[in-house]
Amino acid sequence: MNIYKVKKTIYDSLTHVILAVVAITCVFPVFWMISSSLKDQTEIFTKISLFPETWNWGNYVTAFVKADFGQYFFNSVFYTIVGVFFIILIASLAAYAFARLEFPGKNIFFYVLIATLLIPIPGVFVPLYLLLKSLGLLDSRTGLLLCYISNGLAFGIFLLKGFFDELPKEVEEAALIDGCSRFGIYWRIALPLAKPAIATLVIMNSLTIWNEFLLALVVLQDKAKMPIQRGLMVFQGTFITDYPLLMAGLTIATIPIVIVYLLMQKHIVKGIAAGALKG
Amino acid sequence: MKITAKEKAQNLTFILPALLLFTVFSLYPILRTFELSVFQWNGIDKDMVFVGLAQYKHILFDNPQFWSSMANAGIITALALTLQNGLALLLALLVTRNIKGENIYRTIFFLPPVLSGIVVGLIWKFVYDGNFGILNHFLSVIGITGFADYAWLGNIKTALFSVAVVHMWKGFGYGFIILLAGLQTIPVELYEAAEVDGADAWQQFKNITFPLLIPIFTIVTILTILGSMQVFDLIYSMTNGGPAGHTDVPITKIYQYMNNGEFGYSTAMAVIFGIVLLIISFAQIYASKKLNYNEK
Repeated sequence: MNIYKVKKTIYDSLTHVILAVVAITCVFPVFWMISSSLKDQTEIFTKISLFPETWNWGNYVTAFVKADFGQYFFNSVFYTIVGVFFIILIASLAAYAFARLEFPGKNIFFYVLIATLLIPIPGVFVPLYLLLKSLGLLDSRTGLLLCYISNGLAFGIFLLKGFFDELPKEVEEAALIDGCSRFGIYWRIALPLAKPAIATLVIMNSLTIWNEFLLALVVLQDKAKMPIQRGLMVFQGTFITDYPLLMAGLTIATIPIVIVYLLMQKHIVKGIAAGALKG
Repeated sequence: MKITAKEKAQNLTFILPALLLFTVFSLYPILRTFELSVFQWNGIDKDMVFVGLAQYKHILFDNPQFWSSMANAGIITALALTLQNGLALLLALLVTRNIKGENIYRTIFFLPPVLSGIVVGLIWKFVYDGNFGILNHFLSVIGITGFADYAWLGNIKTALFSVAVVHMWKGFGYGFIILLAGLQTIPVELYEAAEVDGADAWQQFKNITFPLLIPIFTIVTILTILGSMQVFDLIYSMTNGGPAGHTDVPITKIYQYMNNGEFGYSTAMAVIFGIVLLIISFAQIYASKKLNYNEK
């Protein structure tokens, strides 16, 4: 072995040590959450061990059934699926129109839309609360969903318009001459071609809606309608000391998003890049 | 093909749902914020009392709590800018150098950004707990005693810093991913040429990597500022602004005023805070425009 190789080996090992320490730091709190969710309350309070003494899978049954996490979980699934579906449908229709069709007020609307991408959201929850109240949608699933859908539109339209702009026009023109309607072209040609962009949007919006908390906090009071992030805070306020149950709830809120992340990494990273460079 | 006025009107139906939702649930609330901010109103009374800019004046000149919440967010932001982005850059540089297992590291570093703020906050609240949190146990195992019952989030000396650490833990993977993408666009030939010329690692970093990474780094910087200034879920779940306001940030204050029924005052604060963020956003547009020029 020459000196260069020795140097490289030392350098690589040192690199791996640093990377591994950071990686462990990233994973450990998540591991600790799962491990604690399987302990019993006495063990949490009296001793610290990496793995549970006895594995209390029953905590999950209790969390799902008695602590309402089953209800919260299915609410979150519902909000995510319905919210993402309507974001994609409404945004793709509008994006197609912006890319391909002429209509009155086109430019003004597009500029206003892009401008609101820059306006920070935190300010608007007071008027949003008042608006939902006057529409009779406060503390309702519909009210929360409408907020989620409208929040996702601007970025969705922006991303899909960019994608539709790039698609070759020839196929569409041929279809038009053959008597296909504009909607038919959108539905049968443009939308299927936009699959990669739609996949990115589905993943990004799923992450956003699943993890959303502030709007759910402002809009909902009724426990039966709460998504899981909101439910966790209610639980932690009511049963302040039941840590294994809380950790089971946290795990239930985390598992789906981690699975989606592990399966869809490529799209998530792509979405992040698109989001970061949107300006 | 000529488009008739009738067709143009029909085309409107494509954007009608978006237009309607967007106007009602995004645009209208933004405009309403300005309107509400000049009234004193609790959201219940029929009469809204017009007070002009009095609430703005009060927030800016007579509300030290608002300024301390801004300062807290500023401290969190400053720590994130230096420590978090420094770590993100270091890790991105390490991973780019043909390290085995690059994908595994990348997957793991981006795990915290995927988790929700509430989940992260509640896990760490448990880790930080004075009596049975694992942090104090870990410290005593490695020989650092004196933190036996120390409540990290309950003590005014450490609460803000403890929250900032979690914020950085959650955020560094995000900067790491963007910087890594930026590093991968730098042509390998540049480094090969530099090596032939006898440039060492530091010279290569100084003369190739750093200058070419500046545009991406600018974007990461601005995203870090925007994200850190708007931190809410983490704070709400870990301390809710406590102890005694030492971890309050602008959004927790805006929420608290709203919750107390001071709707007008809360919106005035939101407008001031929004303007601060808007200025940062404009910096982002300016920076990414510059980036585009550099590419051309």
